[in-house]
Amino acid sequence: MARAVTTRTKAINTAVAWTIALVIFFPILYTIITSLKTESEAIAGFNLIPSFTIESYIAVQTQNDYFKPFMNSVILALGSTVLALIVAIPAAWAMAFSPTKHTKDILMWMLSTKMMPAVAVLVPIYLIFLRTGLMDTRIGLTVMLMLINLPIVVWMLYTYFREIPGEILEAARMDGASLWNEIVYILTPMAIPGIASTMLLNIILAWNESFWTIQLTTTNAAPLTAFIASFSSPQGLFWAKLSAASTLAIAPILIMGWFSQKQLVRGLTFGAVK
Amino acid sequence: MKRFANALLCASALSMLGTAALAETLTIATVNNGDMIRMQALTDDFTAKHPDIELNWVTLEENILRERVTTDIATQGGQYDVMTIGTYEVPIWAKQGWLLPLDGLGDDYDAEDIIPAIAGGLSYEGKLYAAPFYGESSFVMYRTDLMEKAGLEMPDAPTWDFIADAARKMTDRENGINGICLRGKAGWGENMAFLTALSNSFGARWFDMDWKPQFDQPAWKNTLQSYVDLMNEAGPTGASSNGFNENLALFQQGKCGMWIDATVAASFVSNPTDSTVADKVSYALAPDTGLGKRGNWLWAWSLAVPAGTKNAEAAQTFVSWATSKAYLELVASKEGWANVPPGTRTSLYENPEYAKVPFAKMTLDSINAADPTKPTVDEVPYVGVQFVAIPEFQGLGTTVGQLFSAALAGQMSVDDALAQAQSVATREMTRAGYIK
Repeated sequence: MARAVTTRTKAINTAVAWTIALVIFFPILYTIITSLKTESEAIAGFNLIPSFTIESYIAVQTQNDYFKPFMNSVILALGSTVLALIVAIPAAWAMAFSPTKHTKDILMWMLSTKMMPAVAVLVPIYLIFLRTGLMDTRIGLTVMLMLINLPIVVWMLYTYFREIPGEILEAARMDGASLWNEIVYILTPMAIPGIASTMLLNIILAWNESFWTIQLTTTNAAPLTAFIASFSSPQGLFWAKLSAASTLAIAPILIMGWFSQKQLVRGLTFGAVK
Repeated sequence: MKRFANALLCASALSMLGTAALAETLTIATVNNGDMIRMQALTDDFTAKHPDIELNWVTLEENILRERVTTDIATQGGQYDVMTIGTYEVPIWAKQGWLLPLDGLGDDYDAEDIIPAIAGGLSYEGKLYAAPFYGESSFVMYRTDLMEKAGLEMPDAPTWDFIADAARKMTDRENGINGICLRGKAGWGENMAFLTALSNSFGARWFDMDWKPQFDQPAWKNTLQSYVDLMNEAGPTGASSNGFNENLALFQQGKCGMWIDATVAASFVSNPTDSTVADKVSYALAPDTGLGKRGNWLWAWSLAVPAGTKNAEAAQTFVSWATSKAYLELVASKEGWANVPPGTRTSLYENPEYAKVPFAKMTLDSINAADPTKPTVDEVPYVGVQFVAIPEFQGLGTTVGQLFSAALAGQMSVDDALAQAQSVATREMTRAGYIK
């Protein structure tokens, strides 16, 4: 009997989990379905069965080249992530293992910058980019994306580093390890799951960032977010083409997320259950 | 011999470098409208004539484009050499000194040929600051078969009473037919474009000569009440979410008896590839109420050169090419006369080939029926038919649009929407310094 209850509970849990997953995934699924409809079908109303036409994909590729914005997205996402880790690992190390009485305040201050609406600093940032020649450059945008995601990266790494016993680092120090060796050879390998999930999350955030990537680019550094934005039309039907462009834009990150889901989930739940 | 060959290679490489260094690159910001996309596909003609000018296109969603070019132009960023803007921005930006006057379009450009109503909307202090790429007004598109079934005949210049009566008679909800489809989606360029133009025909206006808002006047009450009542009785369900594209889809699927919207829609609804009612559509002027003004608007997507550009001469060369008579002929030769950008040049409407396009004459008559300098029955201190050409209008127009959309959705009464619109507009205009 007990076994039957367990099976039933399991079945219910599985059904609930699948329902939640489907609800969360549904917007993406519907985007993919819409991309396979004709424009008139796309705007006609809710319909889960498309006519499986690829005319929107052909139109999207004819109208705009996908490869250039795709490469820009890859460079910006990877570049900003590597740069963020280079800055954040030492910062998180200092906060986790050599905290001062102001460490918590600094962490809160860093996080508070995420609470400000981005548009509030648009004009000063825009002017800085103009005057320094960084406008529409991959370097400028890489630094910008690194800066806006840095608070999250530091916070996540700080949380993971706090889980590592300080005694291990002390032991390394007693064995004569320098600060550099301590971070590179002791701390980093132990925090690999945390660093990996931070890296994955940062890549996703950088890939999806649309405000700055549209505001600070024109043609050279414009990534896939700008590619998507070009398919909305005030006068003419565009839902299917926009969905096709969106599907093309999210496909790489979706595939990457699928293959790295184990690592991502492990990292995100790291330290959540004691 | 080998040395000679090397020298030749070096010379070729140097000459190529020289050519690359001489080439100017123009960055053109535009929106994703059919005519604009067609222009991008035809730029080989331009680059063949001007090999020293390269073109880079930035296509953005209308609101993002407006945001980006406004930031760029206000900071003199120089990111764009040519930008696509509308009749709302041109007088405001020209006044601010943000645009260059178009005085280098060439001797054969024939600026006098631009339709006077459109040229007026794109000029400031007598100078042209943007060249129209395509112009539009609004008119009535209607189903000839449903009109006949209702036992009515559409006049060329209908009254609002006729339209309302016809809409009610054409409505057949059991068969999914709505008598009329009108914009309801909130936004200064969405429902407020239609309602402001409609209000002109009802004798309403946004402001009196002292910039005092007029939403507390009977003319506005009459406008909004007529619109809400008609849409409730003869409009589609969920009309408060419908903009141009949603109504276009409804009309193409045969679900609207009439649709009052941009003249540019005529080429969509009469295209048999997309429209199920392509052979049953005819056109009439936007309605009036006998007060001397029709409820049609005037708009032109236009090409302008920002003051911050470093390539002013090349930019004007491009603007001249894209808005010339020769460009219209180029489109006609490649895609047929029905696909030529409409509403910009008088000579186009004198062309016997273009006269065969079913909506050509009615488009021109509609454009000519709109006067942006005298848009209302009573005198007003502003220009603009479906907008008020002041910087504050975008925000204010959208706020009022949200109130009117809520009235259409039944979330508030017409009286409440108008009272709140009056209050918001008075506060904003006082804050902006118009009301002392």
